[in-house]
Parts: sequence; structure tokens; C-alpha cells
Amino acid sequence: MSAGIEGPLRLAVPRGALFGETLDVLDAAGVDTSELRGDSRSLIFETAGMTLVTMRPSDVPTYVEAGAADVGITGKDVLLEQSDRPVYELLDLGYGRCRMVLAGRKGSDRLGEGTMRIATKYPRIAERHFESTGRQVELIEVKGSVELAPLVGLGDGIVDLVATGRTLEENELEVREEIVECTARFVANRVAHKLRAAEIDDLTAKLREASGR
Amino acid sequence: MIHPIPPGTRDVLPEEMRELRALKAALIDVFETKGYGEVATPTLEYDEVLTRGGGRSDHAAYRFFDENGELLALRSEMTVPIARLVATRYAQADPPHRFCYVAGAYRAVSPQRGEMREFLQAGVELIGASASDGTVEVIAVLETALDAAGLGSAVIGLGDADLYRDLLGEYGLDEAAREGVLERLAAHDLVGLEAELGEAGVGAEQIATCLALSQLRGGAEVLEQARGYGAEAAARAADRLDDVNRALGSRIGGHRVQFDFGLMRDLSYYNGAILEVYDPAVGHALGGGGRYDGLMKRFGLDLSAAGFALYLERVHTAQIEERRRGKEGR
Repeated sequence: MSAGIEGPLRLAVPRGALFGETLDVLDAAGVDTSELRGDSRSLIFETAGMTLVTMRPSDVPTYVEAGAADVGITGKDVLLEQSDRPVYELLDLGYGRCRMVLAGRKGSDRLGEGTMRIATKYPRIAERHFESTGRQVELIEVKGSVELAPLVGLGDGIVDLVATGRTLEENELEVREEIVECTARFVANRVAHKLRAAEIDDLTAKLREASGR
Repeated sequence: MIHPIPPGTRDVLPEEMRELRALKAALIDVFETKGYGEVATPTLEYDEVLTRGGGRSDHAAYRFFDENGELLALRSEMTVPIARLVATRYAQADPPHRFCYVAGAYRAVSPQRGEMREFLQAGVELIGASASDGTVEVIAVLETALDAAGLGSAVIGLGDADLYRDLLGEYGLDEAAREGVLERLAAHDLVGLEAELGEAGVGAEQIATCLALSQLRGGAEVLEQARGYGAEAAARAADRLDDVNRALGSRIGGHRVQFDFGLMRDLSYYNGAILEVYDPAVGHALGGGGRYDGLMKRFGLDLSAAGFALYLERVHTAQIEERRRGKEGR
């Protein structure tokens, strides 16, 4: 796999929920993100000394692991779910704070008894959580709005990421257990971390300051 | 008609085969010139032998029973089979023993990751040479091999396998807490590392030292930095790396060899010097190695050991890429 280890540093930028705050932190760290803020449909943007590559947050570990991006920003939820991908986790950026929770239908006591059926977009995080707490569950992986599952009888509860809790509220669901708190993280490819040490250390220091960590 | 092959395996066609053959020949030539005789061992071993070696060979993924009910496994690397060979066939001979190989090995892969189940490794094993001499010799062989492969941009990262076990002992962590911290260090999860150290009751200043050490990499100047943190374990590791550097004629810190205090290898049998090889053209390490003095003892011979293995297909990718860049640059 050909890596971007020569030429400008390649940074994987997550689109979606983390996009806005990521651009703010990059600006504060001295990376020009003005082009990304327009309505350009481009995926790759050249700025002074750096190439910004935009992608889904869940693709960031894939690109960084392979060296197609030298560094990247993504959520801890993504890193936990793809923990078999060896990327270096350098910094907790603090924003994008949300909780991975187990939720069930309000007023229902079907969670906690016998074998539960749990729908989730995060099967590995869910599996580890239930295994480590000694419970047997049947996990059902879904791709879209997971809140739907218990409402129509696909599972007794869900494991999902919650920011404000409004979606749960609107769907008559409530938090039963908190599994882990997640924030945005700065990650690096392990070869780039060795061969571009000065640039990556410099960017890490600027991001640390910009994110107020 | 299409007849499939298992994912993670591949056919190699004549053009690539010629290039791989030339690369293999160039590497074997370097190894033999340096006194490392080429050996071949069976692709299949008794599972018990590979498990005895520990480390990655413990994780041999493909096991099966033969017609006599014996549990066999496909080797996942060559260091343990060569340790077995030396213990069995050279127990009475005077060390040091020098062997090299280019051989296929087998590992399980995560699906849809572009990883190979079957791959070629090229490497050397130096068994029974004194610790510092052995490390230095192996690094020198590796440098020559990278030159012979045409990898002008490849870098050898040199670290110390004992540093963190030593440091965490100095911080007074018990075995259980130590394992948790070492796991974070090996994954290079700095956020988790900081949290884990905090939970273990380590003070803020010592946490900062541990985090800084894990990020410390570069030329000779990083030795002084490591000594400057005031941790005895770090100073001792710096001294050990300094010894290697002097023995290598202070070549470290040139473009070819870098110190790396954050280097961790996932094989459990390492102690002392460890190394990894990187090339700008490939996003994964090209290979690695180091010292594993405890390994031979598991096979009944009390001898030190050092060596390295390169992933031949990755070296080939890097070779092609460096040639291309070399042409464009001219």
C-alpha cells in the first residue's frame, strides 16, 4: 500500500457530527480549513503544508492504518469498535462528547433477565461489555436508526451512542447503563509516527493547545 | 471456469516471480557473505513445539490432526523453528550459530483488510553471541540487507524491550497493574495510558515522564533527553542504547538508524534491544527483531539469541516504489 509519507502531511478529517468542531480546532491549531467550509463536493483539499482528506468517521482508522492518511481525527467509539486496527492514539481532543449506553423501553423490565436480545451498530463494544459483566446476550447488528429495533420487537434493548438523549426520549427509550464515554481523538499511522516525527509532534502540540487539554 | 483460492492467499505469476527471486537472491547473498548459512525447516511443526516458543508462534492459526492423531500447526514465523533446530541438532557444537532463511509463514487475518494468510519472511538468527556484540552484528547485517534491496529511504528504529517493565517497577506498580499499562503502551494508546497510570496511583510527574518517553524518538540527542527525566530506568535504557550506538561506530542518528524509546514488540520473548524497519513507501513496518535471550532456554539450551525478519512482499513493494521515485527524481 503506497503511503503519503513523503510530500505534505495527510490528515483524515471526519465528516458528520464531528465535522464542525474538528474544523474549529484545526483553525485554532493554525490549519486553514476555509475551503472545507464551502459547499465544495471535493473530498481532498490542499492547504499550506498539509492535505486534508474528508471521509466518514468510521473510515478514518482504515485509511490511517494503511498509511493512506498519516494522521486523522475520529471518535473513540469508532476506535473501540475497530480496536483491531493498530493506529496510535495520541490525543483526547475533548469535543464530540457522548456516551455509549445500554437503553431499553420505558417501563419495560425485559432487560437484565435471562438472555437479552440487543440491537446495535457497535457489536464489538456491546459484546465486550456484556462478556466483561458476565451476561449472555444475542446481538443483532443493524446499520441505521437503531432506536427502531425495540419498538417493533427486534430485540429487548439497544447499545448506542447518545449525545443529548433526545432521540431516546422521542422513542420512549431510557438509559439503563452507561458503557463508556467517547470524545474525538487524534490518531496517527505507526510508520508516519516514526518517519515524520517532527511534523506529527508539532501538530499534536498545536492540537493539544487548541483543544485546551 | 473459475476455481477460487482461500482469501489471503495468491498465485504469483512469472514477472513478479522473477523480481522476487532476484530480491531473495540479493538478501541471501548478503546473509551468506556475513556468515549466515541458509536453512529450511518444515512448514508443519508439532503444535507443542511452537507453543513452547511462546510469543506469536503461540498463535499459530492453522492447526490440524494428522493420520496418527498428532496435533500439527503451520508455522507463523521462523524464529521458534530455528530455535528448535539449534537445540536439537547443534546442542554439542560450539556457539555462536548463524543461520538465515527465506521462508513462507502463515497467520490468521481479519477479513477484508488486505492482509495475507501466507507470506514470505527473510531473516537471520544469531545464537550464542554475547549480548552487545550480537545486537550490533544483527543491526549491521540488516543495514547491508536494506542497501542490497535498494531501500535507500528505509529506517531502522532501535528501542529497548526492558525499559517499561523496569520503569513501572521503579514506580512501584504490581504485576497486574503493570500488565494493564504495558498493554496500553503496546497499543500506543496515550489517552488510555494516562488514565491507566492515574488509576494505578502513579504521580502526575511520573505519568508525564512515561508519556514523554513513549513519544521520544530521533537521533543521539534523545539519549540526553531520556536521561533528563530523572527516571533511573530511562537512564539505564539510554546507557544500553548508547553502548549499541558506540559499537555501531555512532551511526545511529544518521538517516538509517533512529532511537525509539516508544518501541514495543508484541512477541513476548524479547529482552534488551528491539528493532523495527520502516519505509516511506509502505504504511506498515517492513519487519522487526531484536534480542530474545530467554527463548533458547525454553528449548533446553542456555544461549543468548538475536535476529530479525523482513516481510519479503512488503520489501518488494518498497523496492518498486523507491525505484519509481528514484527515476522521477532524476
